[in-house]
Amino acid sequence: MKKRWYDYLWIVELTYLVLGFFNILFAWLGLLFFFIPLIIAAVRGTKGYCNRYCGRGQIFGLLGGRFGLSRKKDIPRWMKSKWFRYGFLIFFFIMFFQMLWNTYLVFAGAQDLRQVVTLLWTFKLPWNWAYHGTLFHPGAAQFAFGFYSVMLTSTVLGLVTMVLFKPRSWCVYCPMGTMTQLICKAKNRKDHTVTEQN
Amino acid sequence: MGTRIKRRAVVDDTACVACGCCAKVCPLSAIQIWRGVRAVVNADKCVGCGKCAKECPASVIEIQEVRP
Repeated sequence: MKKRWYDYLWIVELTYLVLGFFNILFAWLGLLFFFIPLIIAAVRGTKGYCNRYCGRGQIFGLLGGRFGLSRKKDIPRWMKSKWFRYGFLIFFFIMFFQMLWNTYLVFAGAQDLRQVVTLLWTFKLPWNWAYHGTLFHPGAAQFAFGFYSVMLTSTVLGLVTMVLFKPRSWCVYCPMGTMTQLICKAKNRKDHTVTEQN
Repeated sequence: MGTRIKRRAVVDDTACVACGCCAKVCPLSAIQIWRGVRAVVNADKCVGCGKCAKECPASVIEIQEVRP
């Protein structure tokens, strides 16, 4: 099958992850990976991002598929249940807001900047080599550390399930995927009601 | 005369996450994501090769025999 430009977006995702090792402020760019899927879902009512543009999915697909780093076994039933998918989305939200709260505390001067990347919401890895001071408020850096933690954590989780199950197992419980699917469901239900009324 | 058994991909609608991995590998473009909600198989095009079922990260696609 002919390759399209968007089949190479894994390079963008990989570059993003690498940049975070050199200057943590690049983590801000990751907001694109959050907003683009949501905008596509809200405006067009599709999961176009998952279906075409998700570089993270492509990385898992390449490593697990072409590089053969996946056992290619079925994912456990509970991991694809609505309970787990929605539960993980809620958990992700809570952790995200906690990260925003920490950012706020640094902005407000109530807390000092912590130059750590927290992996799997538990392990605090020193990351001071990627912070060289900034023109911006330390709060901006705190958000970068927090956001990069989210991105790295999801990559690690995705890699683990890639190895254990099928290459793109992450797609099954990816919070962004769950969220965009929910938006599409709501949007299409609404569209249906409108069509029925006409 | 032997009759060839027809096969077709069947998606479990309730568990499909609409990731689109199936659509990417289908050689006949017989499976597509419907409005970001779930994968839908075009019964006229699908020959039941099983590529989508193998790829599906949630393993919610099954290849079933089609009874005439």
